[in-house]
Amino acid sequence: MLEIKDLHVSYGGIRALKGVSLQVKEGEIVTIIGANGAGKSTLLNTISGFLKPVRGELRYKGKALARRPDLVVKSGICHVPEGRLVFANLTVRDNLNLGAYLRRDSARCREDLEKVFALFPRLKEREGQIAGTLSGGEQQMLAMGRALMTDGDLVLMDEPSLGLAPLLVRTVFDIIGKIRGMGKTILLVEQNAFKALAIADRAYVLEQGKIVKEGPSAQIVVDPAVRAAYLGSKSLA
Amino acid sequence: MDWFYIQGILMLAGINLIAVLGLSLLTGFTGLFSFGHAGFMAIGAYIGALMTVSPTTTPAGLGLPFFVGVIAGGLGAGIVSYFIGRITLNLKGDYFCIATLGFGEAIRLILNNVQIFGGSRGWPGVPYKSTLPAIILVDVVAVLFLANLVRSRHGRNMVAVREEELAAQITGINVFKYKMIALVISAVYAGVAGVFFAHYMTFLQPKMFSLTKSTELTIIVIFGGLGSISGSVLGALILTALPEVLRAFEIWRLVFYGAAVILIMISRPKGLMGGMELSPGGIRKARAERKARLEAQREMKQAQEGEIRNA
Repeated sequence: MLEIKDLHVSYGGIRALKGVSLQVKEGEIVTIIGANGAGKSTLLNTISGFLKPVRGELRYKGKALARRPDLVVKSGICHVPEGRLVFANLTVRDNLNLGAYLRRDSARCREDLEKVFALFPRLKEREGQIAGTLSGGEQQMLAMGRALMTDGDLVLMDEPSLGLAPLLVRTVFDIIGKIRGMGKTILLVEQNAFKALAIADRAYVLEQGKIVKEGPSAQIVVDPAVRAAYLGSKSLA
Repeated sequence: MDWFYIQGILMLAGINLIAVLGLSLLTGFTGLFSFGHAGFMAIGAYIGALMTVSPTTTPAGLGLPFFVGVIAGGLGAGIVSYFIGRITLNLKGDYFCIATLGFGEAIRLILNNVQIFGGSRGWPGVPYKSTLPAIILVDVVAVLFLANLVRSRHGRNMVAVREEELAAQITGINVFKYKMIALVISAVYAGVAGVFFAHYMTFLQPKMFSLTKSTELTIIVIFGGLGSISGSVLGALILTALPEVLRAFEIWRLVFYGAAVILIMISRPKGLMGGMELSPGGIRKARAERKARLEAQREMKQAQEGEIRNA
């Protein structure tokens, strides 16, 4: 579904991605794990068109991916940004409606809104509340709901568990599973490598702008080097 | 005070208002700060004057009717802003602001050296064509256009860009396009204001369009309240009239002007009308918000009292 070949991205003179290649197949959850500054968010932001690659190829559903954020959304990729970034002064409902900004199928939009409310009953309760007054976990749900409202097939998630209480982290991962159940494909960037590997089908390990390992999650999670670097030495049992 | 004097102040306020309304769209609704809109005013003023000045006084003058000058001045400023926007709108936050500052000063310095317009000595002989009714008419049209625009889909997109640029992009809004629309419309407004200004002063000098003028426009928008059209109208009226009212203080008047602006900004940090509108719908909205706020405060108080009792 998504195919990236030899992607290089720079911030000024600093090369953040040095030849990243990866693939996401339809219906998969793929996770990218790595330390701070490895280039995980850079990768997602490049897919979404916020950053221009120095070189490399990005293809989505067989076609070259547009290089402007609004066109990327149009082609069916939605992004749940790091730090949620909800419209703080708008109500929950308006935030969700903004997700459907590019859509013209208002009947299906209403259906999708109901689906989002079914997935996040909490948002339904707080429909009329100003988004800035929601708790961190609720804002994360809102950002996910907003992304789902774009009706994209591929969902990019950047650190969805960042700054949330352990109980909420579990909820967020449950929801990621449910979103896959809705027929979406997910590319997940996470610092919580344990949780991410537990839910994902395949994983890539990103280190200083390069993919150093890739494979099925079950295989990555038992890899001694990965365990030492990202999972601590504690056993899985 | 005779009517002629009052009328003069009203005309200046009305002219400022045209430029302020445009800037209100750019700064108040789209969230881009500009310190170069005097540059667009200057472009409008000089192009407008070029259209209307009689060829007998200035060889380059075309001697066309005033309304041609107004249209040409507005269009000219709009076209220039498009090219400026192409280069600068990708700059983030403060950097865009500094770029506009540079632009405004560049326009002034260029005009200082264009001899056919009299350079820095100035350009006399612009016909007196600005009338109070004409200015009020343009103000009304400008307000109506802006009010409809900000309530439309396009206006909401601009507000989304102001609120959270990255999130706006994620929902599929073409941020660059909406920044461009806001910039060009604001420049057209500034250009039209410049034409009326030229035909009110009957004399043009690059010095009139210095950084001070740009700053004045931005101050009025902030003073009136970001994201409020009625705020911009009130701001333009009050801040244009204030220095005149303070004339009694003679050389101290600008000190009092500054003090008055500071006092009002301290007492109303969001500006006179920040985010609110003086319209039936706007008043309903403000009332509902006030009610909700009071209710929340009451609930909070009850909850606190409950806690004290429980403790």
